[in-house]
Amino acid sequence: MNIHIPTPLRAYTGGLETVSVAGTTVSSVFQQLTVQYPELKPHLFTPEGKLRSFVNVYLNDDDIRYLPNKEETAANDSDELTIIPSIAGGTSCRL
Amino acid sequence: MLRIHYADYEALRTHGEETYPNECCGVLLGKNIADEGNGAEAVNHVQQIVRAGNTRTDSAHNRYNIAPQELVKIQRQARGLGLDIVGFYHSHPDHPAQWSKTDFAEAHWLGCSYVITSVEQGKAALTNSFLLSGTTEEDKTFEDEPIQIDIAPNVAEAAAQTQKGQA
Repeated sequence: MNIHIPTPLRAYTGGLETVSVAGTTVSSVFQQLTVQYPELKPHLFTPEGKLRSFVNVYLNDDDIRYLPNKEETAANDSDELTIIPSIAGGTSCRL
Repeated sequence: MLRIHYADYEALRTHGEETYPNECCGVLLGKNIADEGNGAEAVNHVQQIVRAGNTRTDSAHNRYNIAPQELVKIQRQARGLGLDIVGFYHSHPDHPAQWSKTDFAEAHWLGCSYVITSVEQGKAALTNSFLLSGTTEEDKTFEDEPIQIDIAPNVAEAAAQTQKGQA
């Protein structure tokens, strides 16, 4: 299945915006992704192996955090996975 | 360096005026022209800006957040245009155009430009850009970066004619 990589992480996929990875669940796709592109791993996961809190992952149009089976959701070749870091901020808590 | 067309630069400033006293936010689409080792600095060249909704309706005067679902759509839009997300913009109503602790904590797009416009009493004042540099969350920093504003030839000519007429 195709995985869309956000601009900051393309340095670890040889500049590719879209990479193709095999897998039957979101979790197995991610596992394969980090085998193919090992430098991505610390940017996506904490040392404990949890997806970093600011990294959003969408299976087609669905946030995997809100899917019943989360990372264990089944995926097939025609699905698309999008990795999208969060964007937020504001004037509160000024330095 | 951030490079942007004058019309886009004005549009993002106007967005901040329209949402005052709340913060506006949006995405900068374009191309990153990397430092190729020839002494020229890397450039985030903006070719289109996309307005986004601020989901922080609970505290929109001093916080902003772009829904990830909207970001996914904008990234798809960029891909269709052959462009990338090269930065973001937001406004600081009645606050300086400087990044805040919150801006820094919530910034995760390394290599992208974060543009901030101060809006004073409803009027856009200063606009600054900050490059999120570094390679990890642990070593990231915001660096001041210059903004190069491109003016279309016809606009530049009109401005020159006006100046000539006033001389």
